[in-house]
Amino acid sequence: MRIIPLLLSAACTIVLIIILNTKLVAPAPLGALLSPQHGLWQNAEPADKNFSADLKFPQLKGKVSVYFDEKLIPHVFAAQENDVYFVQGYLHAKFRLFQMELQTNVAAGRAAEMVGDVALKHDREFRRLGMVYAAETALKEMEQNDTTKSSCDAYTAGVNAYINTLTESTLPVEYKLLGIKPEKWSNLKIALFLKLMSNDLAGHDDDFEMTNAKQFFSKTDFDLLYPLVQDSLDPIIPKGTIYAAPAMKPVAPKNVDSMYLNKGFVAAEEFVKPNPANGSNNWAVSGSKTKSGAPILCNDPHLGLNLPSIWYEMQLSTPNFNAYGATFPGSPSVIIGFNDSCAFGVTNGGRDVRDYYEIKFKDESRKQYWFNNAWKQTTFRVEEIKIAGKLSMLDTVAYTVFGPVMYDKNFNGGRQTNNKNYAVRWKAHDKSNDLLMFNLMNHAKNYTDYVTAVENLKVPGQNVAFASKAGDIAMRTQGEWPAKWKGQGDFIMPGIDSSYMWQGMIPQNEIPFQYNPERGFVSSANQKPTDSTYAYYLGREYPVARGLLINKRLTAMQQITPQDMMALQTDNYNIYAEELLPVLMKQINVGMLNADETKYFSILKSWNLRNDAASIGATVYNEWYKKFKTDVYDDEFAKAPQPIQIPFESTLIEATIRDSSYKFFDDINTTKKETLTDDALKSFKEAVLIVKNLETTGKLEWWKNKDTRINHLLKQPAFSRMHLNMGGGRNMINATTEDHGPSWRMIVSLTAKTEAYGVYPGGQNGNPGSLYYDNFVDKWAEGKYYSLWMMTKEEVKDNRVKWIMNFSN
Amino acid sequence: MKFLISVLLTALLSFAACLFLPWWVIAVTGFIVAFAIPQKAGIAFLAGFAALFFLWAGLSFWISAANNHLLAHKISLLFIKADNPILLIAITGLIGGLVAGFGGLTGRLTRKLFTR
Repeated sequence: MRIIPLLLSAACTIVLIIILNTKLVAPAPLGALLSPQHGLWQNAEPADKNFSADLKFPQLKGKVSVYFDEKLIPHVFAAQENDVYFVQGYLHAKFRLFQMELQTNVAAGRAAEMVGDVALKHDREFRRLGMVYAAETALKEMEQNDTTKSSCDAYTAGVNAYINTLTESTLPVEYKLLGIKPEKWSNLKIALFLKLMSNDLAGHDDDFEMTNAKQFFSKTDFDLLYPLVQDSLDPIIPKGTIYAAPAMKPVAPKNVDSMYLNKGFVAAEEFVKPNPANGSNNWAVSGSKTKSGAPILCNDPHLGLNLPSIWYEMQLSTPNFNAYGATFPGSPSVIIGFNDSCAFGVTNGGRDVRDYYEIKFKDESRKQYWFNNAWKQTTFRVEEIKIAGKLSMLDTVAYTVFGPVMYDKNFNGGRQTNNKNYAVRWKAHDKSNDLLMFNLMNHAKNYTDYVTAVENLKVPGQNVAFASKAGDIAMRTQGEWPAKWKGQGDFIMPGIDSSYMWQGMIPQNEIPFQYNPERGFVSSANQKPTDSTYAYYLGREYPVARGLLINKRLTAMQQITPQDMMALQTDNYNIYAEELLPVLMKQINVGMLNADETKYFSILKSWNLRNDAASIGATVYNEWYKKFKTDVYDDEFAKAPQPIQIPFESTLIEATIRDSSYKFFDDINTTKKETLTDDALKSFKEAVLIVKNLETTGKLEWWKNKDTRINHLLKQPAFSRMHLNMGGGRNMINATTEDHGPSWRMIVSLTAKTEAYGVYPGGQNGNPGSLYYDNFVDKWAEGKYYSLWMMTKEEVKDNRVKWIMNFSN
Repeated sequence: MKFLISVLLTALLSFAACLFLPWWVIAVTGFIVAFAIPQKAGIAFLAGFAALFFLWAGLSFWISAANNHLLAHKISLLFIKADNPILLIAITGLIGGLVAGFGGLTGRLTRKLFTR
């Protein structure tokens, strides 16, 4: 009988181990996770951790020395060109492996493999968009060029060299929490990462929303709601610039009015899209406007704010080049930064390079589709989507001459597509080797090198700013852009023949650019690149506010110092409030306000038009504006099909200023004809009720109302930074919104010895258990900068060098 | 005295084994020590439990202190929805203790099969 207690005890032990070693009961394998010698405690990095090491890798051709400064920024000195990329890959992996794996799996539509079926819809969407197809095309181009092939090979070898050193205990903590293991890195993953950036930056389209709007509103109303050009537009290339006659003239199909502009109806629901706030600022001023006499270049790309940050700061130095700046974990080279001769920075071009075509299949099998008066064969790509803890799912995607059929009977992405089929034509599917631009830019010595470098960038198209120690400044609205006829691609297009297809690309020698302009500066902030004299159609809506203010400020500034540029980059001035608020306030008869309303009205009166962190006026204005917009438009939009494009801020603001009898002021649900005065007063009264409520909950100050946060990639609040005390907002130069904003601020003064400043909202180490995980965040939130150190080999003994990592073969 | 030796030996063996083997080897070390040093079943369990409770709680405290409990703050918020590093350390000890305790109990009961 002694066997029974023994069996019981043994069973208990085994069951306990199984429970603690798997995710069957607990959300994580708790035993493995909490074992001090294996689990998460191993990721609790000692505060005085020593990062120095001597490492040997036979893949290296020579010696590489890495000097880490007190911010854990590596200064990499390699004797051989490609060794620098090996070490870059090694360091990216050492400090950011989980992020690299998650981002490339998100890009490849493989997120469900890591996190389960919550990501299934995303995965199908991305597979059907052809993300992997796009990356495979890009990989071929990358590997046909010796420079990019050898740098990517070295980078990939470096990432894998680090992955090979990993043991159960040294795995990043996120792997332990999810109970997964890292996968080998590859050049395809580099291509996937770049396509993820293409999707973020060149993946925004409003075709479905605009198609619905076109169908719902009359032509007159449509033009009022979605104007082609905003009054206040100050384009990247200034108005009045003369453009050469275009080499190609895209022609609209003959049936464009009957078949396209007036046709079509799509009812659909909203789904997750790239954030339209993926904007940025960059500018360069020539020496004539600076105190030192040397050009200054500034850049702050606005992206989703995440921990670990999308950026990793480093210096890469070889006998051929010496570059410093922000790098992408997942890609070789410095992306935004400077070298010993020049500085470079980018903002998003934001043109519409993703269009949809309605496809007519012969039958359910999707094997043939009607094209140019014949049935044409589709090709199929079978996508196997693996799902953590479940069986894989197979999704077959049909490819047409336009591109993959993204939405069909099998998948509508949450849109009600009325059993129609839509193929996507996306510029990111085309051949390009965009990575070469960054490689060449790192090596660039002068303006000619810059031009040679940028022409490699095809997608995502960027406004690339340049400044050099020779005194040059320049801006190119770079990209390979489809040459479109007016209105092409604003809406979903017919796909039964070739008449609506893109007819070609704008030749590179017709890309609008500026080189040492007389005004002494170049700038871009995602506004429309040119005025309407440029021959090619550029699409409808671009944000105008930041560009307008930046150009105003830069025009007025003289004797500029880097400190002036810091003030400009972090400027919380609300130019829309400057325009709109006086017009709205004029409508208010103060005698008719109650006590609360009078109080907040006087707060607005004395508001300095800045969305500073502690501002109360900013909150009151913001609530008023939101209510005003709702009161003006909601009656007309209430019955519109969803999703529908909501007019830009600039549209409402400009209409209000221009035209006090703007037809949308009238509430169509009443017999009375409402005016601007009615809407202004009504919305003010409604806003005051909300503001009063904010006051009782202690959220009156702008920063509390805005509530900026930086999310961990897995959206775990414990690993995130919440409730940051900082100003700024949408349409301000300091474009910090709830979870979006300047992801890297950089100022480079190209004096004989470069003087550079920068900061990003994160930290060098992606490990949440490290002091260096988020140590830049507070400085960033305060709008302060670090001095950037372009280290020389002679400074090895400098006391900023804290740790040394020696690599040899 | 026997109890103390069992505790120390289990802790020591577990630490050494965990340098090379998966975490659940602590059940095996608990088993081996309880098999080798016969005590009452309840005492065997306690010895395994105490050994790993103190080893795991002690190690994690030591690591976490050097980290200024930075990670423990975050993980405790994540798992137990409370900012309490010490509680997380105690849970760590408890889990190690239970596994080694049951290992010890099983070891003791196995030996009983062979003895009169």
